[in-house]
Amino acid sequence: MNAPKPAEPASDFAPWLDPAQAPLIRFENVTKKYGDFTAIDNLTLDIYEREFYSLLGPSGCGKTTLMRLLAGFEVPTKGRILISGEDISAIPPNKRPINMMFQSYALFPHMSVAQNIAFGLKQEGKSKREINARVDEMLSLVQLEPFANRKPQQLSGGQRQRVALARSLAKKPKLLLLDEPLGALDKKLREQTQFELVNLQEKLGMTFVIVTHDQEEAMTVSSRIAVMDLGKVKQVATPDIIYEQPNSRYVADFIGDVNFIEGAYIKQSISESDTKLQHFQSSSHGELVAQGEIELSADEKAWLALRPEKIEISKEKPGFTNNCIKGKVWDIAYVGNTSTYHVQLSDGTFIKAQRVNRNRLRKRRITWEDDVWLSWHSDAPVILTK
Amino acid sequence: MNINRFSWFNITSLTLGFAFLYIPILLLIVFSFNKSKLVTVWGGFSTKWYSSLFQNEAFMDAALMTLKVGVVSATFATILGTLAALVITRAGFFRGRTLFAGMIYAPLVMPEVITGLSLLLLFVAIGWDRGFWTITVAHITFSMCYVAVVVSSRLVTFDESLEEAALDLGCTKFSAFFQVTLPIIAPSIAAAWLLAFTLSLDDLVIASFASGPGATTLPMKIYSQVRLGLKPEINALSTILIVIVSIGVITASIVTKRATMKKRFYEQQANAQTALHRCSNSIFKRYYNNCPKGGT
Repeated sequence: MNAPKPAEPASDFAPWLDPAQAPLIRFENVTKKYGDFTAIDNLTLDIYEREFYSLLGPSGCGKTTLMRLLAGFEVPTKGRILISGEDISAIPPNKRPINMMFQSYALFPHMSVAQNIAFGLKQEGKSKREINARVDEMLSLVQLEPFANRKPQQLSGGQRQRVALARSLAKKPKLLLLDEPLGALDKKLREQTQFELVNLQEKLGMTFVIVTHDQEEAMTVSSRIAVMDLGKVKQVATPDIIYEQPNSRYVADFIGDVNFIEGAYIKQSISESDTKLQHFQSSSHGELVAQGEIELSADEKAWLALRPEKIEISKEKPGFTNNCIKGKVWDIAYVGNTSTYHVQLSDGTFIKAQRVNRNRLRKRRITWEDDVWLSWHSDAPVILTK
Repeated sequence: MNINRFSWFNITSLTLGFAFLYIPILLLIVFSFNKSKLVTVWGGFSTKWYSSLFQNEAFMDAALMTLKVGVVSATFATILGTLAALVITRAGFFRGRTLFAGMIYAPLVMPEVITGLSLLLLFVAIGWDRGFWTITVAHITFSMCYVAVVVSSRLVTFDESLEEAALDLGCTKFSAFFQVTLPIIAPSIAAAWLLAFTLSLDDLVIASFASGPGATTLPMKIYSQVRLGLKPEINALSTILIVIVSIGVITASIVTKRATMKKRFYEQQANAQTALHRCSNSIFKRYYNNCPKGGT
C-alpha cells in the first residue's frame, strides 16, 4: 500500500479540486422531512460533470431520498438543488434533464424491449425515424439487438438490467441516476457489470450518480464516494482516501474492516527522515506512533484506526519496537485467499490481522492459542477523534 | 400410506354431491324441450317454447332492459370503483382514510333489502321518476364497491416505480396513467367490469325497489311470471341464460389457462437465457457465439 496522500487522488480526473470548475449538481442546505422524521439533514454537496458519484450508506441513511430529490419525485422541505446553476427544486420529474434507472428496473411489461427504450423519445415527440435510429443505437450499445421484440418477462435478469440501462440512457440525460442498479444480479455477473458500467460511463462521457449499500461496488466504480448516515454526509472523497484516510470511526468502520485502539493523543515529533510522527497513548498497550498531519491538543481522546491487512503477525518479536503488541490467537477465519487472525490482547480486546495465504494451508505456521506479536508500520494507522 | 382414492365411500359422496348440485339444472334444461304444456310431465321433444319465448315481447323487452342496465351500470361502476381503488391504495395516509375505505366496502355486507329500500326513499325524496335510470344508479351504487375491491387488490401489488419511470421519461401524471398504469391493470378492470355486469344481471331485490312501472328487468319478469304459475317458456329462458353463463365461464378459464401457459413459457425462455448468459465471458458479448455446444 502506498502512503496516504490526501491531496492527490488516484486519477488525474479531479474537478472538485479545481475552484474554477462549476459543479453540475449542487445541493444547498437541503433538508427533507417526512412528518417528524428527518431523512436529509441540512445537506450540502457538489457533483461535477463526468463524475461517477456514489451515495453509500446503510438502509435508512437518506441515500435513496437524496436520489429521489434529484429525480424530482420528492421536493426538498428546505434548501435548493441546482443543476448547472439553475434551481430545479420546483421542476417536475418529466421536465428535468435527468433520467433514472430503477432498482426494480421498472420495465413496462406490456411493451417490447424496443418500445421500452423508445418510450422516453416518444414523449419528446421525436419523429419515427429519429426514434428508430436511437433505439437501434441503444440496442447495439447494450448488445440486445436480437431481443428487440421480446417482452421484459422473456428476458433474464442481466438482460432486463441492460434494457433498463438502455432506456434511461436513450434521452441522453445530463445526469443518470442508478438506484442499486446491480442489486438483483448474482455476484459474478455483478462484478462484470460494474466494469461494464464504468466503461460505458467513460465512453459516453456522462455523469452518473449511483446509490448503493455495497461498499465494494462503490469502491470499484466511483470517482468519489459520499458516505452517508442519518441524513448527513459523513465524508466525500475518492475511494482511496475514503479507505486510507477516513475522517471518522463511522466511515472507517463502514468501508472495509478496521480495528480501533482507544487512547489519547500525546504530541507530535519530527523523525530523522523529516516525517511528522504523532504519538498516541493507548489505554492498555503503551505508546504507539502514527505518521501524518493532525491538529490535536495533548490528552485529547482519540482512536487509532488500523486496517487488518496492514498488520503483521509473527511468532517472534519484530526488530523495531514502535507499534508492537503481544497477544494470543483466539480464532482464525480462513476464506481461501486470505486468513484473518482474531488475536486477543492482554486487556481482553481483540484485533484482527489479515494475511494473504501465499503458501498452502498445511504450511501455516501460526495456529490457535499461539502467542504472537502484532506489529505495523507507523504509516499504517490513522488517528481519529470522532 | 396408500389411500384408495376410488373407494366406494368417495365415489358415492362425489356422485351425491354433484347430483345435488346439477340435477335441478339438468331437469330444467330437459323440461325446456318438453312438448307438453305441463311443466312436470314429459310429453315428447320439442323446441316450440324457444320460438314462443322469442315471440314474447314482454320477455324480450325485459331482456333488453337488463342488458342495457348491465352495460351502463357496469361501465360507470368500473370507472367510479377504479377511481376509489386508486385513492385507497395511492393516497397514503390521510385523516379519515380507514373510515373512507370502510365506507366504500360497507355495501358489500349491507343487506340488499336495506340498500334497495334506502335508494327507494332517496328517489322518492328527490322526486325522481323510477325507471331505467333509477335501476342503473342503484346498480352502480352496489357494484361499485365490488369493482373497488377487485381493482385495489391488483393495485396493491402494482410496482409504483413503473409510474415513476414513466414520469422520469417525460410523461405527465395524466399520460403516465393512460400509457402505463391503465394497460397494466386492464385485465383486472375487465374482470371487475364483468363482475359488475353479472351482479347487475343477477339482481332482483334492489331492482325491484328501484324500478318503476315502465321498467322491468329479466329477473323481475321471471319472478313475477313464476308467481303466476310455472310456464315452460321460463325453462327455455333459463336454459339460454345457463348456456350464456357457461360459455362465459369456460371462455374466461381458457383465457386464464392460456395466460398462465404463456407466462410459464416466458419464464422458461428467460431461464434458458440466464444459463447461456453464465457461459459467456462478458455480458456485453453476444450470447450465442460464446457458448459451447450443448449448453452449460
